[in-house]
Amino acid sequence: MLQIKNLTKIYEGGVKALDNVSFDVPDGQFLAVIGLSGSGKSTLLRCINRLIEPTDGEILWNGEDITKASPEEMRRIRRKIGMVFQHFNLVHRSKVITNVLAGRLGYINPAWSLLNRFPKDDIQKAIKQLERVGIADKADHRADELSGGQQQRVGIARALMQDPDMILADEPVASLDPVLAHSIMKHLEDINDKDGVTVLCSLHFLDLVHRYADRVVALNQGQLVFEGLPSEIDDKKFKDIYGRDAERVG
Amino acid sequence: MTEQNNKNKKASPWKSIQLGLAVLFGIVVYAYGFQITKVDLEDLRSERRQESLTRVMRALAKPEIFEYEQTEEIVNSPVYITCPASGEPTLPEPDKSGPYLVIAPACAEPGETVQVEGFNFAPNVSGPLRFVPGSDPANVVTLGRDNVETDASGHFIYEFVLPERPSDDVQFIRATLKQNVGAPRLTQTAKDTWEKIVETVFLALLATTFGTFLAIPLSFVAARNLMKPVRSPLASIAFSLLGWPLGIVIGYVIVRFVEGLSAPFAGNIPINLVSIIAAPALMIFGLRWALPQEELVKPSTSMQLMRWGVLFVSVLLGFFGLFQLADLSKNLGQIKIESFEWLAFLGNFLFQTGDIVSIITPALGGLAAGGVLSSFMGKIGQRTTEKLSPATVKLFNIVFATLAGATVFGLLGLLVEWLYQIGNPTYTVWGPGITGGVIGLALAIFTNPKDTLPTGLVIYYVTRTFLNGLRSIEALVMAIVFVIAVGIGPFAGMMALALHTIVSLAKLYSEQVESIMAGPLEAIQATGANRLQTIIYAVVPQIVPPYISYTMYRWDINVRMSTIIGFVGGGGIGFLLQQNINLLNYRAASAQMFAIAIVVSLMDYVSSVMREKAV
Repeated sequence: MLQIKNLTKIYEGGVKALDNVSFDVPDGQFLAVIGLSGSGKSTLLRCINRLIEPTDGEILWNGEDITKASPEEMRRIRRKIGMVFQHFNLVHRSKVITNVLAGRLGYINPAWSLLNRFPKDDIQKAIKQLERVGIADKADHRADELSGGQQQRVGIARALMQDPDMILADEPVASLDPVLAHSIMKHLEDINDKDGVTVLCSLHFLDLVHRYADRVVALNQGQLVFEGLPSEIDDKKFKDIYGRDAERVG
Repeated sequence: MTEQNNKNKKASPWKSIQLGLAVLFGIVVYAYGFQITKVDLEDLRSERRQESLTRVMRALAKPEIFEYEQTEEIVNSPVYITCPASGEPTLPEPDKSGPYLVIAPACAEPGETVQVEGFNFAPNVSGPLRFVPGSDPANVVTLGRDNVETDASGHFIYEFVLPERPSDDVQFIRATLKQNVGAPRLTQTAKDTWEKIVETVFLALLATTFGTFLAIPLSFVAARNLMKPVRSPLASIAFSLLGWPLGIVIGYVIVRFVEGLSAPFAGNIPINLVSIIAAPALMIFGLRWALPQEELVKPSTSMQLMRWGVLFVSVLLGFFGLFQLADLSKNLGQIKIESFEWLAFLGNFLFQTGDIVSIITPALGGLAAGGVLSSFMGKIGQRTTEKLSPATVKLFNIVFATLAGATVFGLLGLLVEWLYQIGNPTYTVWGPGITGGVIGLALAIFTNPKDTLPTGLVIYYVTRTFLNGLRSIEALVMAIVFVIAVGIGPFAGMMALALHTIVSLAKLYSEQVESIMAGPLEAIQATGANRLQTIIYAVVPQIVPPYISYTMYRWDINVRMSTIIGFVGGGGIGFLLQQNINLLNYRAASAQMFAIAIVVSLMDYVSSVMREKAV
C-alpha cells in the first residue's frame, strides 16, 4: 500500500511542481497518472523514489515513511521500486546484459561492483528477463545498437531484475510509435497481472489509459484534479484536466 | 520593416563614424604592437644575414643521419704570395697522370683573387680548398666558405682570395677532395638521437600513465554534477574529518607493524614465493567470506563484527603479501643473469618496482585506513543525526565540530610551520587551532542540527582551486624543482610531466564528466545503487572514449614537452637538441627535430586508430 499525503515540491526558483497532493495506491493496482506536460507527473513519480527530494509531505510505503529514510534505508527501498523512463535511460556504450544486470546493483555489495562482478545466478536471471521481454538474442549487443522499442524492453528487464514490488513508469511509451506503445504497455500489464507488481504509469493518451489502467489520478499545475476510474473521465472532467480549450482526440 | 530600414539609414552616418573609429583604434593597437615586438625587415635585407640564413636552412634540410666511408685525394700546388723579385716564378709541370691543380697566376699580392682549376679528379666529389704556409705546414687555412665540387669529368674551377700570409718561400694550395665509398651507415648523431628519442617516448609514456591513473579519481571529485548532490549533516562531516588523521596514523602504524613481521623473511626467496601465493589466496578467501556479493536480509550484529574482524585480518594479509612481493622482486632483480646481460633492464625494473612498492605501501596503508575510518565515522555521525533528538545532536555537533575544526586548521598550521619555519607556535598551532574551533562552533550553533551541508560542493571548490593553482605552474618550472629533488635526468622530467599531466588531465576529464547524459545516472541511482556503483556503471562507460582521446593527446603533448624539459636537465631529447643548437651544429639539431616530428605524427596516427577502436 502506497499512501501519498500532502506531497508538495517547490523547486529552487519557486516553481510549485506539486501542490498538496494526496492519494492512495493499493498493492497490485495499475494506476495511470495523466495531465499536461509540466503538470508535475514526472516530479510525482521521482519523489516516490526520492530521485527528487520532496519539499513537504509524506510518502508511506507499507507504513514506512520514504521521505524520512536514511541513505542506507533508501538503498533498500529503491531496490524494491523499479523505474522505466521515457527516454529509456540505458547506458549506451554498455552491453544490453550489463544494462539489465545494473538492476541488481541495489542488492550487490559495492566492493564487488568495483570489480564489475555479478553473481552467476544474477546473470542467468538477466537472460530470463530478456527472454521474457523477447530480446534474449540481443544480450551481447551494445545498448545503442537497439531500436527504441527494444531499448524500452531492456529498460523493463532492468526494472524486473530488481524483483520490484512497484514499478514507476514515467511516460514509458511517449517516444514510441502506437504499435510499439501497445507492446510495451502489454509487458507492463503482464508484470502487473502475473507478478502482482503495483504499477504507477504516467501516460499521455487516454485510449491507453482506458485500455490498461485500473484507476487514474490526474494532475493540473501540481494539483490533484481527478481521482477515479478511467471510465469516469467525461467531457467535463476532461476539460478540468487538460484545460478548457483542449479537444479530445483518439 | 521599411520603417526599420529607414531607421538604419538614418543612423548610418553615426554608425560609419563608429566603424571608422574602431578601425582607427585597431590600427593604433597594431602599430603599437609593431613597436613593441620590434618588427623590422631591414636586417633581413643584409647580405650577411641572408647568407647565414641560407646556410642554416640548408643545414637544417640535411639532417646528419647517414655517413659514408670516405677516401681522400689530396693534391698540392705551389704558389707565391707576393711575387719574388726575380719576376713570375716558373712552376714545375704537374704530373698529369693523376689529379693536378693549375693556379693562375702562380704569384700575387695578399688579398688578390686567384683562380684555381682542378683536373683528373674523381667525378662528383667535393672537399675544402686550403692554404698551406711554407714555413708552418701544420697551420692550414681554409679558403672560402664553400667546398669545391668536381663535375662529371672530374674538373673544377674556383676563385679565391689569397690570405694575408706573405712569404719569400714557396707556399701551397691544397685540395682535399673526399669521395664516399661503400654503403651509407648511421652517424653517431643518428645513434644518439635514436637513444634519446626512445628515452623521450618512454618518459612521456610513464608520465602520461602515472598522470592518468591519479587524474581519474581526481576528475570525479572535480565534477560539479557528481559532487553537487553530496550533502551530509554536520555530525557526519565532523566525524569523518576527525577520522582522516586518526585513520592515517593508525593505518601507518599497523602497516609498519606488518612490515616488521615481513622483514625477517626479506632475503629468503622461497618464503617470499610461498607468501606471495598464500597471502593473497587467504586474503581473497577472507574477503569473499566477509563481503558476500548479495545480501537479502540484514546480518546479526555478532556476524557483522566477525566479518569486520575477518576483513581486517584479510587486509593485513594483503599488506604482508605486498611487502613480500616487494622483497621478492628486489631479490630477483639483484640476481645477475650472466648469460643474459641484455635482460638486465628487467632486473632493474623488478628491483625498482619492489622498491617503489615497499616505499608506498605504508603510505597506501595510511591512506586506506584514513579513508575507511573516515567513512565509518561519517556513518556513525549520520546515524547519530538520524536517531537522536535535535537538542542532543546540537550538543554533539558543538563538541565535535569544534574539535574537528581545531584539528584540521591545526594540521594546516603545522604544514605552514614546516614550509615557512615561522617557529612561533602561537601563530602556527594555537592560532589556527582556535580559529578552526571557532568556525566549527559557529557552524554547529548557527545550523539546524538535522540539516545537511553541501560537503560535495566544498570539496569540489577546494579541488578545483588546487588543480587550477598547480596547472598554472608550467611543467618547465616543475622540472627545475624535481631536478633539485632527484637529480638531473629523465626521472626528474618524468615526475614533472606526470604532475602536470595529473592536474591538466583532471580538469579536462572532469569537464567530460560534467557533460555526460544525466538519464543513465538517474536510472542507475533508481535501482538503489550507491554512489560508487553509480560512478562505475553510469559514469565510467560514458567517459571512456573522451578519456582515451584526451590521454593520447596528453601523451603527444608530453612528447613535445619533454623536448623542452631537457633544456633544464629533465632528460629526453631536449638536452641533445639544446646542446647542438648551442654548438651551432645545425645538421645534428635537424636530425633531432626530424625525429620529434616523426614521433609526434606517428603518435597522432596511432591515437586516431585507438580512438576508433574504443569509441
